[in-house]
Amino acid sequence: MMDMGTKTSHRRPAAQKGLSAKHREWIAGYLFVAPDAIGLLLFLGLPMALSLLLAVYEVNGFGGYRFFGMANFVRMANDPLFWSAARVTALYAAILVPLLYVCGLGLALLVQKTNRFNAVMRSMFFAPHMVSLVVVALVWQFMVVDKIGVINKLTPFLGIEGISFLGDPQFALLTVVFVSVWFLMGFYMLIFLGGLQDIPREYYEAATIDGAGPIACFWYITLPLLKPTSFFVIMVSMVAAVAGSQAFDIIYVMTKGGPANSTSVLIVYIYQQAFAFGAFGYAAAMSSILVVVLMLVTAIFFVMTKGGRFNYE
Amino acid sequence: MSKNSGNSYFSRSQVTLVRMVWMAVTAVLALMTLFPLLWMVSIAFKTPAESFSANLIPSQPTFENFTYVLTGVPFIRYMLNSFFVSATVTVVALFFHTMAGYALARLRFPGREIIFLAIFSTFLVSLPVIIVPLFVIVRAMGMLNTYAGLIVPAIFNAFGIFLLRQYYLSLPREIEEAAVVDGAGYWRIYWSIILPLSRPIMSALAILFFLANWNAFLWPLTVASKPDLWVVQVGIANFKSQYSASWNYMMAASTIVAIPTLVLFVIFQRQIMDSLKTSGLK
Repeated sequence: MMDMGTKTSHRRPAAQKGLSAKHREWIAGYLFVAPDAIGLLLFLGLPMALSLLLAVYEVNGFGGYRFFGMANFVRMANDPLFWSAARVTALYAAILVPLLYVCGLGLALLVQKTNRFNAVMRSMFFAPHMVSLVVVALVWQFMVVDKIGVINKLTPFLGIEGISFLGDPQFALLTVVFVSVWFLMGFYMLIFLGGLQDIPREYYEAATIDGAGPIACFWYITLPLLKPTSFFVIMVSMVAAVAGSQAFDIIYVMTKGGPANSTSVLIVYIYQQAFAFGAFGYAAAMSSILVVVLMLVTAIFFVMTKGGRFNYE
Repeated sequence: MSKNSGNSYFSRSQVTLVRMVWMAVTAVLALMTLFPLLWMVSIAFKTPAESFSANLIPSQPTFENFTYVLTGVPFIRYMLNSFFVSATVTVVALFFHTMAGYALARLRFPGREIIFLAIFSTFLVSLPVIIVPLFVIVRAMGMLNTYAGLIVPAIFNAFGIFLLRQYYLSLPREIEEAAVVDGAGYWRIYWSIILPLSRPIMSALAILFFLANWNAFLWPLTVASKPDLWVVQVGIANFKSQYSASWNYMMAASTIVAIPTLVLFVIFQRQIMDSLKTSGLK
């Protein structure tokens, strides 16, 4: 680091160093970007590439490698647990994404007006997002544990009784989705608040003068003008559902994929294959599919937002 | 949209009523959202016998759970590990990301756009997806069960670079041009002009990075199996498998882990929420 500092801080006239101003700028640019670029290459780029490479090897627990060709992919195709995990992942995403959209937008509309009361309310809705996922998982597990948690004491008022939220395969995934929504909704509320802020007030004023009610305003002004925000939210929440750490942490701590694999999403199944059974090659093969999917999503994202920028047309 | 006072759609008293109901609904929902956290704190102060009673206020509040967690298990050690790792990652990440952000926003060099594109392409790649190959790489580098293994891979993420680059793009160029005329080198410009100007965004990012690393679970779980190196999240997750029935201890431990993040949040809520709000879209 220091080395780099002295190199770029030579302030002698360019001619003396034998470098033109243009070239000095080039070198400075590369040196400034280098630490992050090398780090990202080593700890993000290389793993992405390696997941594709490892996928065609059989790796045993002691670090021995043997070329395996397509065998890992064949194994995947014939592994009912893989297909079950893919199905659970799709189900988790299919419930989580719309729920997050509705809850995030709903909360944002609820606390949209800027005043003291709403500022406190926003913080309260956002607070769960600050707590670590391990704590989130522990607290919720405690609240539904063994049919005697506090939630089980409250549900009889809703006409539901004696449910084992984490023990019953029918309810375990729904419980995990619910906890994920509780953790994530404050974040999406913020994103929606940012989007709502950008809608010009005049549109609402004009519409109200024309006699439009709140529902018409929402339907014909808010929703259409929120399109870029909506696109971002759906994209990001989809990625979070398939590969987000909230899915891993909550499921790993609460259920470890059970009961009867009903909450075993792909990332949890991959982790168990690698770190419980030492099947690194097989786990990498499954990861490589997720890497490809995520790269595609990012590419779509990049093209549709013209390089990460959102503009109203 | 509830701001309709003075239009013809609702009468004044209707508006007041709607607003009251609106606020009441909001407050009830907010309290329901906070309930699990209140419940956690409540159990942390309850005796084991009372763990499953439905009252929020403990009938005989006790500190016994906290003393047990802090003295009976190496919890302080886990907290120190977490603090050391999170603080180091935050400082180094801010240093690297401001340098990269500055270069990508301001310096002209061949390949800049491609480098930016490459960084952007890692934006949506999350840790669970690359955990297996990342583990293989870190193992090959001999960093398993070391602080370096906990810290180094956590430093690099596209989010911080992206945000800082956007910020530098919005700064007026004239600020540095004066320095260039004075003959300052790029390092001097970065160190004595750009860095001081980045103070607001850096403090927001510092909080975000620290919190993210304090709360991180998957990577520390994977890279450090030696209990000496456990961070606090791994500590409480393992705590669960050891004391699965002692919920009062676990909630006390959870409270201790969550309190620093919640305190940080209460102090810096505006910075945290503002920087996240603009993270996606601007």
